[in-house]
Amino acid sequence: MRNKDEGEEMEHEQEEKMFLPRFITTEENFAPGHRACVGCGEALAVRHVCKALGKNVIIVNATGCIEIFTSLLPLTSWRVPWIHTLFENVGAVVSGVESAYKARIRKGKIEDRGVKFVGFAGDGGTSDIGLQALSGAMERGHNFLYCCFDNEAYMNTGIQRSSSTPYGAWTTTAPVGKKSIGQMTWKKNMPEIAVAHRIPYVATACPSYPFDLMDKVRKGVELEGPAYLHIFSVCPTGWRCPPNLSVELGRLAVETGIFPLYEVINGEYHLSVDFPELKPVREYLKKQGRFRHLTEKDIERIQARVEEEYQKLKEKAGGK
Amino acid sequence: MTKGRLVGLEGSFAIAEAVRMANVDVISAYPITPQTHIVERLAEMIADGVLDAEFICVESEHSAMSACVGASAAGARVFTCSASQGLELMHEVLYIPSSMRLPVVAVAANRALSAPLSVWCDHSDAMAIRDIGWIQVFAENNQQALDLQVCAYRTAEDKEVLFPAMVHIDGFYLSHVIEGVMLPDEEEVAHFIPDYRHPFVLDPENPVSMGCYGPPFIYPEAKKAQEVDFQSTKPKIQEIWNEFGETFGRYYLPVETYRMEDARSALLTMGSSGETAMLAVDELRREGKEVGLIRLRLWRPFPFKELREAVKDLELLVVLDRALSFGMGGPVCSEVKSALYDKRKDLNIVGFIAGLGGRDITIEAFKHMVDRARARVKAVEPGEEIEPEMIGVRE
Repeated sequence: MRNKDEGEEMEHEQEEKMFLPRFITTEENFAPGHRACVGCGEALAVRHVCKALGKNVIIVNATGCIEIFTSLLPLTSWRVPWIHTLFENVGAVVSGVESAYKARIRKGKIEDRGVKFVGFAGDGGTSDIGLQALSGAMERGHNFLYCCFDNEAYMNTGIQRSSSTPYGAWTTTAPVGKKSIGQMTWKKNMPEIAVAHRIPYVATACPSYPFDLMDKVRKGVELEGPAYLHIFSVCPTGWRCPPNLSVELGRLAVETGIFPLYEVINGEYHLSVDFPELKPVREYLKKQGRFRHLTEKDIERIQARVEEEYQKLKEKAGGK
Repeated sequence: MTKGRLVGLEGSFAIAEAVRMANVDVISAYPITPQTHIVERLAEMIADGVLDAEFICVESEHSAMSACVGASAAGARVFTCSASQGLELMHEVLYIPSSMRLPVVAVAANRALSAPLSVWCDHSDAMAIRDIGWIQVFAENNQQALDLQVCAYRTAEDKEVLFPAMVHIDGFYLSHVIEGVMLPDEEEVAHFIPDYRHPFVLDPENPVSMGCYGPPFIYPEAKKAQEVDFQSTKPKIQEIWNEFGETFGRYYLPVETYRMEDARSALLTMGSSGETAMLAVDELRREGKEVGLIRLRLWRPFPFKELREAVKDLELLVVLDRALSFGMGGPVCSEVKSALYDKRKDLNIVGFIAGLGGRDITIEAFKHMVDRARARVKAVEPGEEIEPEMIGVRE
């Protein structure tokens, strides 16, 4: 999806994009009828991820929105094997599931049918409480894909800040007041932490770019070894924005450079989408109630930071 | 007639032998004294190719138990072991296999809790995990450690049970002490613990959702079902121990007694101190005192009936606690009191707390407990409460 100068290739790509949806399976392994909020970007992302994963998969889920809105007893939204145990242990549980298959296949107790192992967690379950278990699983080199659905706060418990909450955002534990602009720290760069583990595949994605997302899911599960996918998931409830803006805000996050889409394959950076010029962050921020209180000076500070980070990323990807 | 080949084995190695003979698929553990010899021995067995298993060297005990849960849910036979702070760190995860009916088998090499830091034995860690819904047994020596570990797999995986099981061995007293152990025949053990298949596993051919979210309209039913099933594992546990006895010649009971004939008083112990208490009982008997010994083998589910039967002719029961429930006294003593309250209000139950943080409990200490308990009973009016007492502590 990178920009190409050659007109012919562009045209070919355009054509391919028009027909791409026809190649996407109509099978839904993540069943409709779940209890997510209207406009939930995370539910949309899960649906796309499950389409890409297919049937031959075992999903290990952390406590959080996804678990709550898909598994209210006696109902389930999962048409693939799925397990939830606790909040902070997805990395460890998925290690156990993968090791069980590995051992039992080697010992001839079961056939090798190429089952894939996937972990699901939110930003809190990944970059805060679950970081240790995930780091251990990546370091040990288990064969699994980890999907972090990042809605930038603890939404399930009522919009409390996490280390993934962006600078200047209002949350219930980083409220706006005379002495506070909300979140006072910059978002933890979780994909870079994954890259530091020298795993074969790290990528960022967003359901506003569904084909890119599905492509990355497929790459992640097919590669041997740990893969980390950080999925930007718009949360209209927590971000205080209309639910019909979910897809648009995902696009704006990418177009402003706030959440760039990229892949790191065996340590090599590739931008998935690049723009000759980034849109001003104001366009993204102004559509959300959580940033309503920001002054021009605050927005300028965010703009400068985003440009700086984007430039660093471009340099890593071999651009200028 | 007890069967096997007599070898000298550390308690840790006895456990490792049982795990090897059980042909486990996945081991997941984090090092903590005094459990380390078990995992080191297992790692060697895998390195030497005598055990074919995945060893997940996790980054914490929380992850050790989490990985066991994942592996067990995927149909593997698993093992982990820990102690003290490690059991405390995995505490949250311990409730998962019992509530999701996964037959995880674990060993606790019992050790004191910080602070101050102590690597030595007591039962503080075991008492902190009383309510986790696991089958829990206490071994008295290395032979029992091995035998109970073999039985733990058979019991946990039984279709009528499907609960996790934990064998408690006293840190250092068993884990690091070499004793003569009858090593059972490998094939007989393999026959005793056949390959199992859990009725519900994570398998794309037959998708299931595990660990769903339980709102108030379903949670109490789930918990009642768990408790009813857990309580009803008792006959099965005994049945499996009997079958073990018939196969290997060593029999086990939920509550075991020693020299209880005509006894008016008895000591009650758990774990390795039972053997010291036996020697104390022998001496007391030689001195003409009618004292016996009761050892709790099965700790959970609690053996109410067997305990009531064991104390039926007693006037005095002296309970040793190797742990302290702050502001409450000894946890074993309070449980024994509550188990006997309905049927034996007349029985004098006197609790002592000793052996914290690896302080040895000697034969003399047990003899002192019996004398002291008698004196204390005489010093109070009938029905008056006797406060628990810590002994062997400098004032």
